[in-house]
Amino acid sequence: MLTYAINRAIQFALSLLVASVVIFALMSLLPGNAAQVALGTNATPEAVASLEAQYGLDRPPLIRYFDWMGGMLTGDFGTSYVTGAEITPVIVDSVQVTAILVIAAIAVSILIAVPLGTFAALEQRNWIGVTISAISQVGIAIPNFLAAIILVIIFSLTLGWFPSQGWMAPIEGLGGFLLRLVLPVVSLALVQAAILTRYVRSAVLDVMREDYIRTARAKGLTKTKALFAHGLRNAAIPVITVAGVQLATLLVGAVIIEQIFVLPGIGSELVRAVANRDLVAVQGIVMVLVLFVLIINLIVDILVPIVDPRIRNAA
Amino acid sequence: MNTTPTGAQSPRDHVDLVAHDATASAKIGPARSRRSGRRANASMIIGAGLVVLIVGLALISFVWTPYDPTTIDPAARLQGGSLTHPFGTDTFGRDTLTWVMVGARITLLVGVVAVGIALLIGTPIGIISAFFAKQPWGMWIDAVIMRANDILLAFPALLLAMLFAAVYSPGTGPAMVAVGIAAIPGFARVARSGTLQVLGSEYVRAARASNRRIPAIAVVHVLPNIAGMVIVQASVAFAISVLAEAGLSFLGLGTQAPTPSWGRMLQESQQYLSTHPELALWPGVFIALAVLGFNLLGDGLRDRVDPKMEARGA
Repeated sequence: MLTYAINRAIQFALSLLVASVVIFALMSLLPGNAAQVALGTNATPEAVASLEAQYGLDRPPLIRYFDWMGGMLTGDFGTSYVTGAEITPVIVDSVQVTAILVIAAIAVSILIAVPLGTFAALEQRNWIGVTISAISQVGIAIPNFLAAIILVIIFSLTLGWFPSQGWMAPIEGLGGFLLRLVLPVVSLALVQAAILTRYVRSAVLDVMREDYIRTARAKGLTKTKALFAHGLRNAAIPVITVAGVQLATLLVGAVIIEQIFVLPGIGSELVRAVANRDLVAVQGIVMVLVLFVLIINLIVDILVPIVDPRIRNAA
Repeated sequence: MNTTPTGAQSPRDHVDLVAHDATASAKIGPARSRRSGRRANASMIIGAGLVVLIVGLALISFVWTPYDPTTIDPAARLQGGSLTHPFGTDTFGRDTLTWVMVGARITLLVGVVAVGIALLIGTPIGIISAFFAKQPWGMWIDAVIMRANDILLAFPALLLAMLFAAVYSPGTGPAMVAVGIAAIPGFARVARSGTLQVLGSEYVRAARASNRRIPAIAVVHVLPNIAGMVIVQASVAFAISVLAEAGLSFLGLGTQAPTPSWGRMLQESQQYLSTHPELALWPGVFIALAVLGFNLLGDGLRDRVDPKMEARGA
C-alpha cells in the first residue's frame, strides 16, 4: 500500500511537470509573442521591445520557464503584462469562491444520487425505477448553463425566491451568502447528480448479483437489508471513482456558472484573462486548475484501495 | 482487476468499465437479456431519430430557411411564437427558427471535425500502445503512452479550448481543434483495451504463428473487431463536443458573430430573460436534444457491439 501511494505520488509530480511544460510551450511558442499580444497589433516595435525588456521576455524560453516554475513553487504567479497587477492574490481570492461552489455542488449531487440510484436499482423493474433512469438520462443531456438559465427563470425571475446573480462573502452575512449560493450550486449539482445516479444504480445492480448477497438473502435477509449490510461498501468503489472524475468536471463547469451568476471565482478570472488576452494570467490560472484536477485524481487513486482491501492487497 | 493484461494501473482506469455497465447492467439470464435488449433498441432508435432531426435541420438550412438569417427587421423584434415566426424573433427581429436551423450547422461541423481529429489520432495510438504492451521489451513504451494520455485527460475540453482561444484568437477553428485534442485519450483507451482483447484471441495467435506481420494483423484482425467500440466512443465524444462548443460560444470564446450558433443565441438571450424567456428556450432545447440524441445513440450501439455484453447475455 505504501509503495503504491509513493508510486502514485511520483506519477503525480511527473504529470504536473509535464503539464507545466505543455502549458508554457503553448503560451510561449505562439506566433508573435506575449508582449505583442498584450499591446495589440498597432504597437510600435519599440514599445514591444521595451515591454519585453521590462518583463524579461527577451530571455531564452528555457530560462523563462524555470523562472515561471520557480516563481510558482514559491507562490508567485508573476505579473500581468496587460494590467500590471500581481496574479497570485487574484488566484488566491477567486479559488476560494470556486472551491466553495464546487464542494457544495459535489456534496449536493452525492446526496441526491446515492439514495436515488440505490432506489432505482432495488426497484429496477418497477415504474419508479424506470422513471428515475429515464429522468437521469434526460438530465445528462442538459448542460449546466441551460439548467442555470431555467432555474433563474423559475426561482428568481418568476418566484423571486433567490437573487439571480451576485456574491456575498460568508463574513458579510451568512444568510445572504447561502441565499446567493443556492442557484449556482443546484445548477452545477443537478447534471452531475443525473450522471452519478446512473453509476450508483449500475454499481448497486452489479453488487446485487454477487454471491455474498445471494447468501445473505438465503439466510433470510430482505433485499434492502442484504444491500445495506454487505453491498453498499462494495458499491461505493466505482462511485468514489466517478465522483472524483466529476469533481474535476465541476471545476471546469464552474467556469460557465460563475459567468452566469457573476461570481468572482477562478472561472470568471479565466474568462476575463482569455478575453483580454492576458497570457500570464491565463497560464497561471490554467496551471492551478490542472493542479486541482491532478490532486483530485491522486486522492481518488489513494482512497479506493483504502475502501477496498482487495485492491489494497493486490497493490 | 489490477493485473497487467488490461493494463489497469490506477483505479480510475475502471471508470470506462463501469460506464459500459451503466446501460445494460441487467443482462444476466435469458429473460432479462431479452428485456434489456428491447430497451437498448429503444434508446438507439430515439437517439438515431434525434440525430437525423438535427442533421436534417442543418441540411435543409442550406437550401431553405423560413427567413434570411441576416435580415434585420426592427418592426418584428422580440415577438412570441406565431404562424409567421413559429419560434418567435430575437432582439433584431431575426427569425429564431431560422437561427436554430442554421446554428445546427456549426454544432455538427465542430462535432465532425473534433471527433474526426480524436478518432484518427487516438485510435492508432491505442492500437500501437496495445501491441507494445504485448511485447516484453515494449511494455515501457505502452506505459509512457498511457501516462501521456492521462496527463492529457487533466485538460478537459473546455479548458483546452480556452487556452487555445487565448493563444490564437477565439473562433470556431481553434475550438474544433482543442475539443478534438481533448477527446484523443478516450479513443486511445477504448482502442487499446479492445486491441488487447483481440490480441489475446486464438485467431491472432494463429496469425502470428503463420508469420503474419504486425501491421497486417492490425488491419485484418484488430480494426474490424474494435470498429464497433470506436463508433460508440465517437457517438459519446460527439455529445461532449456539442456541449463544449455550446459552452464556449456561450462564453463568447467560440463561434463569433455573425455566424449563428446555439451557444451564442443562449448567451444573447440572457439580457431578456425576465421579459422574453422563450429566447433562451429554443437554443437550449436543441442543445439538449443534440446531446441526448448522440448519448442515446451511443448507449444503444454499445449494447449491440460490446463483446462483454454478448458474453454476459450468452
